[in-house]
Amino acid sequence: MAKRKLEEINAGSMADIAFLLLVFFLVATTMNVDKGITRILPPMPDPNQKANDVKERNVMEIFVSKFDEIMVDKQKIDILNLKDKAKKFILNHGNDVTAPEKEVKEIDLIGKYAVSKGVIALKNDRATTYNMYIMVQNELVRAFREVRDELSIVKFGKDFIELDGEQRAAIARAVPLAISESEPNEEGN
Amino acid sequence: MRRATSMAVMKKKGEKGTPPISTASLPDIIFMLLFFFMVSTTMKEQELMVKYTLPDATELHKLEKKSLVSYIHFGMPIESLREKFGTAPRIQLNDTYRTPKDILEFIASERDKLSEGDRPAMTVSLKADGEIMMGPITDVKQELRRANALKISYAGVRIEGYGL
Repeated sequence: MAKRKLEEINAGSMADIAFLLLVFFLVATTMNVDKGITRILPPMPDPNQKANDVKERNVMEIFVSKFDEIMVDKQKIDILNLKDKAKKFILNHGNDVTAPEKEVKEIDLIGKYAVSKGVIALKNDRATTYNMYIMVQNELVRAFREVRDELSIVKFGKDFIELDGEQRAAIARAVPLAISESEPNEEGN
Repeated sequence: MRRATSMAVMKKKGEKGTPPISTASLPDIIFMLLFFFMVSTTMKEQELMVKYTLPDATELHKLEKKSLVSYIHFGMPIESLREKFGTAPRIQLNDTYRTPKDILEFIASERDKLSEGDRPAMTVSLKADGEIMMGPITDVKQELRRANALKISYAGVRIEGYGL
């Protein structure tokens, strides 16, 4: 039997079809990646639970006023100095008696490490702007991140973000992210 | 003079007719573009009814699994809706304006959409305008605590640092 010659399919409209699909995807999709400061909110307080006393030296009180001023332990501070102040508080080099206590703990992979008992307490007014609040949150998270990075470099030679799960957990135990937010009804005015 | 003659030669050549440019590879190029967009973008899930400028920050983390993220949009109504709703900041949940009171129900319905194992990893992304006062934001946060949706992410825009 004689072989019939195969006719070529016209692919001229292929480009148009592909263009249509492309336009559809351009219109129906978005490119932005969601980024944000990740935080864990405290669970609702248990009504039976009594407020536990924390020593004054272990608390760094930050209050953001309705005029967006930052007060650390009742002293006004600029946002640019906040991170270093927080870092100094967390680290307490030289074991100052007015700075937070430390407790030596045995941590896997790290060994003995003096874990700070310091807590940063963040308070804000209802008229504080969200921008300012995020700036303060950001600086505090940055302070903890830098302290963790420094320890990670010393112990594992890598930044905190590059560590594997167990190493990361160890560092997180050595430098707990201790930022607490007061109950809103306790706020002034 | 020399140039003029060479131009004349070229023109003469052109008159004979150049072969048409082959468009056979055009579909392939377009398909490549198409695949790029299919891979790098995500579907728009909802139409925004509020406008916001997110606050600046440096310590941002990418929200990895989109299916685990629920959004709370908080800002001024978009221009076309301002006549009806005014300019006071509004909370948008799904496709309607809501009040903080509705968050409890919203979180419950969002949680139901996830499988049992994924529920603890659920994250709420708070997309709020930087100019909003903390009062209403605190109300939202309180409702989230009440709903036991504790993992939250304050959406922001990456900058290099404050005071630069």
